[in-house]
Amino acid sequence: MPWGVTSMAQSEGSPVIELSQVSYGYDGRALLNDLSLTLSPGSFHFLTGPSGAGKTTLLKLCYLELAPTQGRVTAFGKPADQLGRDGIAQVRRRVGVVHQDCGFLDHLPLIENLTLPLAASGQDTAEFAEDLRALLAWVGLEQRATALPPELSGGERQRAALARALILSPDVILADEPTGNVDWEMSLRLLSLLVELNKMGKAVLIATHDLNLIRQAKSQVAARVLRLRGGQLDVAGADL
Amino acid sequence: MTRLRQLASLLKGDPSADRIVPPTGFTAQLTVFTAAAMAFLGVFALALSLATARLADRWGQALAQSSTIRISAPADQRQAQTDAVLRILSETPGVASSRALSDAEQRALLAPWFGPELPVETLPIPQLVEVIEEGRGYDAEGLRLRLQAEAPGAVVDDHTRWRRPLIRAAERLNLLALGALTLIVLTMAAMITLAASTALAANRQVMTVLRLVGARDIFIARAFVRRFTLRASMGAAIGTALAVLFIALMPRADAAGGFLTDLAFSGAGWLLPLLIVPLAAFIAFWATRHAALRALKEIP
Repeated sequence: MPWGVTSMAQSEGSPVIELSQVSYGYDGRALLNDLSLTLSPGSFHFLTGPSGAGKTTLLKLCYLELAPTQGRVTAFGKPADQLGRDGIAQVRRRVGVVHQDCGFLDHLPLIENLTLPLAASGQDTAEFAEDLRALLAWVGLEQRATALPPELSGGERQRAALARALILSPDVILADEPTGNVDWEMSLRLLSLLVELNKMGKAVLIATHDLNLIRQAKSQVAARVLRLRGGQLDVAGADL
Repeated sequence: MTRLRQLASLLKGDPSADRIVPPTGFTAQLTVFTAAAMAFLGVFALALSLATARLADRWGQALAQSSTIRISAPADQRQAQTDAVLRILSETPGVASSRALSDAEQRALLAPWFGPELPVETLPIPQLVEVIEEGRGYDAEGLRLRLQAEAPGAVVDDHTRWRRPLIRAAERLNLLALGALTLIVLTMAAMITLAASTALAANRQVMTVLRLVGARDIFIARAFVRRFTLRASMGAAIGTALAVLFIALMPRADAAGGFLTDLAFSGAGWLLPLLIVPLAAFIAFWATRHAALRALKEIP
């Protein structure tokens, strides 16, 4: 079962994603400045900060959609700038991403959107029919398998995005404002899903400005809260 | 062999990859129409090329194996000089046969210009002797010198001055046909690249999502390549079938037929248009693959 197995390809404690003295800017404006971040197996991080601080940019650097203007990104022990396009594709199969806009293909029913990573990695989706049903039930979408993405509510889309991020049993989960479009009850449900995955050994990094969600999470898991401000990362303390 | 395996796997297809790209009616129709039109023109260019090659060959052979001796002599010496010429020709190596044209034959040759009622026997028209050559032909310069001595009114016309421009014209027509065929192939590649680029631009979001979920470039490109290859093959098959039908229905060459009525295939030549369908598929495969991989490089 692809999503249910804890894949611990890395040795215990060895970082899955590592940003070393990374800077990023565009149009002459520095957005991130000389920051470092290490995501180890089983770690749980929140990334917070004001709008426009660069949270999404930092996540994009982690899943190699962007390349830093300075510094080095290492994914599963390999420098990102030496991976090549096929190497980047391989890394992305080990990184589950919940995008802010979910990133669905509107002409495909939900079930086919969920199996995109399987199809893209050359696996026969028919072999995973049972697992898919279990995954849909786990995120509470078993009745919506044939619905098209535009027919889904905000909460359903977020849960579906989480399900797709997990389909290849990734080693790390990056979520960009996963509770941005859902009510509090749904936010708690999504959070509990992520906590459950973290307990399976997966590294989790959630970008959010929802401080209530962070407080709620800290009661369930040993989460580290990072604050992005002025292009720098610092560890948030009791002022949350 | 690797390429062949790639092509075979491409044609077999991957249903999941096929469904990922939404259907695009406009580019689909454009590709089918372009391939059909280009294949139709391609078959005609191929037929033209073969016809001009045959024509050049025929003209070359027909004129190279024959020549004419014209005897312009006073009436009282004409028969004697004709006999002398025929005797010399019978002794000349490279001459298979020779004969003096009768009045009726000479009248027939002049009829298109002067009408059938021309009184050849009353006019001072030169006597013509037809010479059929064999092997590598005769030594024209040696024959001229000998005729000059024994039949001073005889002039050898080995058809070189006619043959060269005719063969050159036929060869240029052949070159033109091959040029047209090349242009058709290039135009087809350009049109399919254009249609593929339009489809790729319209599906940039699809490509972006696929890259982000870990798809390799070749997987994404394949979804587009297969679609365009099949469309181009279908269009080319339709265009080829129509063109072959048109050519088959054209009137056949006969004695009065000229170059145009010979615009057809002969024998195994009818199989040549069948090559246009795999050629179109090959062009579509490479044009789309190139366009897709280039477009994907812009997506991280």
